[in-house]
Amino acid sequence: MAHTAFEEQDYTKRFDLKLWVRVFRYAMKYKVLVGILLACMLLTALMDTVFPLFTRYVIDHYIVPKNLDGIWGFAALYFGIVTLFGFVICLFILIAGKLETNMIYDIRRDGFNKLQQLSFTYFDRTPVGWLMARLTSDCERLGETIAWGIVDMVWGTALMIGISIVMLILNWKLALIALSVVPVLVIVSLKFQKVILGSYRKVRKINSKITGAFNEGINGAKTTKTLVREKANLKEFQTLSGSMYGASVRAAVLSAIYFPVVLFISALGSGLVVWFGGSGVIAGVMTYGTLVAFTSYIVQFFEPVWQIARIFAEMQNAQASAERVFSLLDTEVEIKDDEERIKSWGNKPFRIEKEISFDKVNFSYKEGETVFNDFDLTIRAGEKIALVGETGSGKTTLVNLLCRFYQPQSGNIRFDDVDSHDIPLEKLQSNIGVVLQTPHLFNGTIRDNIRYGKLDATDEEIMQALKMVNADRLIARMEKGLDTSVGEGGNMLSTGEKQMLSFARAIISDPQIFILDEATSSIDTETEHLIQDAIDKLLVGRTSFLIAHRLSTIRSADRILVINNGEIIEEGTHHDLIRLQGYYYKLYTNQFLEENEKALLTG
Amino acid sequence: MQKKLMILWGYMKGNRTLYLLSVVAIIIAAFFQFLSPLVMRITIDSVIGDMHVASGTLSERFLNALGGRDTLQTNLWRLASILVLITASQGIFFFVKGKWLAEAAESTAKNLRDRLYNHIQRLPFSYHVKVETGDLIQRCSSDVETVRRFLAMQFVEVGRALFMLAMVLPIMISLDWRMTLASMSVIPIIFTFAVIFFMKVEKKFKLADEAEGAMSAMLQENLSGIRVVKAFHRQQFEIDKFASRNLDNRDKWYRFIRLMGFYWGSSDTLCFLQVLVIMIIGSYRAVHGEITIGTLVAFVSYVHSLLWPIRQMGRILTDMGKTFVSVTRIQEVLDEPEEPLENTGIKPEPIRGRIEFENVCFDYDGKNPVLQDVSFTVEAGKTVAILGPTGSGKTSMVSLIPRLYDATSGKIKLDGHDITEIDREYLRQNIAIVLQEPFLFSRTLEENIRLGTPEATFEHVAQATEVASIHDVIERFDKGYETVVGEKGVTLSGGQKQRVAIARSIIMNAPVLIFDDSLSAVDTETDSRIRAALKKKENKVTTFIIAHRITTLVEADMILVLDEGKIVQKGTHRDLVGQEGLYQRIWNIQNALEKDVHHELDDETDILSERTDMEDKEEPKPA
Repeated sequence: MAHTAFEEQDYTKRFDLKLWVRVFRYAMKYKVLVGILLACMLLTALMDTVFPLFTRYVIDHYIVPKNLDGIWGFAALYFGIVTLFGFVICLFILIAGKLETNMIYDIRRDGFNKLQQLSFTYFDRTPVGWLMARLTSDCERLGETIAWGIVDMVWGTALMIGISIVMLILNWKLALIALSVVPVLVIVSLKFQKVILGSYRKVRKINSKITGAFNEGINGAKTTKTLVREKANLKEFQTLSGSMYGASVRAAVLSAIYFPVVLFISALGSGLVVWFGGSGVIAGVMTYGTLVAFTSYIVQFFEPVWQIARIFAEMQNAQASAERVFSLLDTEVEIKDDEERIKSWGNKPFRIEKEISFDKVNFSYKEGETVFNDFDLTIRAGEKIALVGETGSGKTTLVNLLCRFYQPQSGNIRFDDVDSHDIPLEKLQSNIGVVLQTPHLFNGTIRDNIRYGKLDATDEEIMQALKMVNADRLIARMEKGLDTSVGEGGNMLSTGEKQMLSFARAIISDPQIFILDEATSSIDTETEHLIQDAIDKLLVGRTSFLIAHRLSTIRSADRILVINNGEIIEEGTHHDLIRLQGYYYKLYTNQFLEENEKALLTG
Repeated sequence: MQKKLMILWGYMKGNRTLYLLSVVAIIIAAFFQFLSPLVMRITIDSVIGDMHVASGTLSERFLNALGGRDTLQTNLWRLASILVLITASQGIFFFVKGKWLAEAAESTAKNLRDRLYNHIQRLPFSYHVKVETGDLIQRCSSDVETVRRFLAMQFVEVGRALFMLAMVLPIMISLDWRMTLASMSVIPIIFTFAVIFFMKVEKKFKLADEAEGAMSAMLQENLSGIRVVKAFHRQQFEIDKFASRNLDNRDKWYRFIRLMGFYWGSSDTLCFLQVLVIMIIGSYRAVHGEITIGTLVAFVSYVHSLLWPIRQMGRILTDMGKTFVSVTRIQEVLDEPEEPLENTGIKPEPIRGRIEFENVCFDYDGKNPVLQDVSFTVEAGKTVAILGPTGSGKTSMVSLIPRLYDATSGKIKLDGHDITEIDREYLRQNIAIVLQEPFLFSRTLEENIRLGTPEATFEHVAQATEVASIHDVIERFDKGYETVVGEKGVTLSGGQKQRVAIARSIIMNAPVLIFDDSLSAVDTETDSRIRAALKKKENKVTTFIIAHRITTLVEADMILVLDEGKIVQKGTHRDLVGQEGLYQRIWNIQNALEKDVHHELDDETDILSERTDMEDKEEPKPA
């Protein structure tokens, strides 16, 4: 969108050596491949210099003396070398391709692994499209540049150094004159590098935004339709794609200037050779042969400069990508197992025997927006807790903290007197079954989705779980039963159906702690009633947190917590709270009064 | 192939002149590139060396124009300057080509992106339900990039290659036509090779591109469902799953590159063999005196100039295979029929909001009926509550009203006009629908609320948020209405998001308002507050509410009970409560509960008789 909420950090470093060292570390994993690749390049460079000699050999040995003896032997040799050359080229491409794809694979894998560890806080502020762009196009650009660019660069540099040495040996004065343009070339290149890098950074940044805009446009398509936003959306997108056009053209034009400039400087070099070298020949201080050799060498010298200039530009482009990818890899994982602290836990199963306690917990999603301030709460094992309060009062946050999806800024959460930091995340989270308010299913069949709660679940177990939430009838109605595809995000199902399935998914995982976050809000009353029976049976012996607005659910809880602005303002059983005649009482009777009045009217 | 070329040609529309100019520029640059070695050769051979230039040739005139051989020998800088000038001219045309081509290719890419974006948002909703977001994004980014690269880098090279051929061939033929034929012997082989590889490349690239699409789709899904992944601690499972897609993507790309390696390796070998053939044939003929040594040397160097463009064209051809795959994938999206939006029918004014369903049937797949023979009439300004079990077709039914889907048969009328005859854009502007799962765009709250009505003033916004009971919440944020909600409005709770969505719909001031179960994410108190506020609004709004809460149902002017796509009961609370059926069962469930609680409450008040009178008054009377 025109102004995405999320602004990325700006990168200003010119040439980030540290960054490239890190990039090369990825390449170094494939030392053998890199080695073969370099050997291939050197062989190619060697052959590049050998081939002109063949022509000369034919002319000097066969044509001039008019003697064809041994020409077939020569032909065989030539054929052999050419075939070898072809083979080396093929090998070079294969190896570079292998290196490229492997590096992309590795970087992508690391990026994905990182994403799986990062906490909710990160995802709250980072758009999906932004992350997508990093793991797709930025990774590709990086791998591509390393595999193809750097090798070409090595080849080119080697060739340039070799030619410089030969020229210096042939005639050091003329060589120095010819090479006098090199410092100019370097200075100009550095200047261009700065501008080109800047403009490519801009292109990459806008590219992330465009990916984000596509992502939002596709995900929000229904909303767009209902609000008839199509024209306004397009206008905004066009601003974005327009700035992409501007930035890309600018970057391309800068490269387009740089290239002829290099060409021009190299022509200056050739011109100097012709002028001074020619004069030298005419004055008799230099041989004709040396001049001929020089003119061909100077052309050959500047040839790799073209290549290197191109790779330079690509590397600048790639640095912009590398910065993005590594900034993702460098993001600190806020919530992770502290190896030292969880060591004492060992392989112990997670069991709550006594209680869960919140001790002086302070939490805010963002600085200045405090949700909890010195929050204390103790829950006995097996207790069924209902959380009541207005939307935004902190009910969901409470359970998010319990699951360690977020980290309190200070204070502790303890399970049986064990600090939650001392419990491996895996043990903790796999023992908490969460059914979220907005159910999310994965693309795949119903079976795949239920199995998400228990990876080795059999069909019987799945059917049993579905039966528990009364979704078996739903499945029976479907032509393909468990094999019915749910579509991306479960979009082929209704929200109510999604909720039922996400319920079954949690049930099959058989957790010790159950969290139902308004999990049944979209299920019709009758079904909810049926599910309620199942829940009642299921929750026996489990600690559970119910966030719900329906009285029936709330009433059955062992303890009701009324939360307002991050504080527990009332707590107790339904009975207690009615007696208290406070907030809960009002909330309760509000709905109740209405119903009764209507009942009287219509009676 | 021809079809795909035409599609590509179509993408280039609007910039064709620029592309053509770029080709011209590249040809001129190639001409200068061709010229500079010639000048160099004359300088070395005939100025510094003592080879005579034939009189009357261009070369002689060139030297004479610069002052003749003798003057030049002492003024070599003139020739050096000419060399630099030629290169400078070449550079200028290179730059011009680079600029024009960048403008043309970037403009084509921009047009494609805009077209895709607009097309996608105008595709019917049924398309969005079945499509994979990640794959679609990959088509819009990666595939567009492939096309752009081809246009920006390879495509004009054809012009240069052809030009080089046009320059070299006549010279070669004038030297010796038989040798020329021999020099070209490898061309058919290279082209056959290129064509075979072109087809193979198309296949392999398609596989690789699709693997990338599948990987992107999985990535996108993982990221949007990351909360579920974490809730079940399924990170390892996801990592393994992604690894297999990532691996598949890697291997398919490698196979594609390997194919390219085979092609480049073999075509280079073929080109060098061509040089060998020329050298052997040339040597025999030179030895037998059929050609001069000079001609042979010239041929050996010209054959390089001949082979370069040939090789280049082969590469362009194989790259075209790649581009065609991307073109096909882009075109697949663009070929999906759009749903027409503007100027699609009448715009009756004013819309009062009377809605009729006449024998409406609907299904998604042509097989399983979702709605069957639904008929009812709602007078303008009335409230309809829709009730039914999960999967009974409630959402589908209300989705038909703003034409998110079209009914399979039957008619839906708005103020007596068949909705299919009403301008679709106009229709949707007049029907506000609050979706079950609201989507907030990543921008500020105020902007989100104003999405449907950009012209609304802040006062309107505040009024709408007041009605939706979210004004106070927003005010409490540090930045108030300027608070930016995350990509999916993650920093808001479900109920808050829902209320923002409600405000967004209310502000549209549409005569028809639909709540697709959107009030259930809001607590009971807020729910009734919102409904009460809506009722107070001056102009009566026809309201559809999908609800399960008895309080909501009771207040409706009409209740529709849906079951398996059919209306099984229809009427007011008074009608339905007496009828055996779903409504009565729900009423009983809730009522039984309320009675029970009420009983408890009565006991409580007896015990707490010391309570003040005022509080007693708040006590509800038993039913």
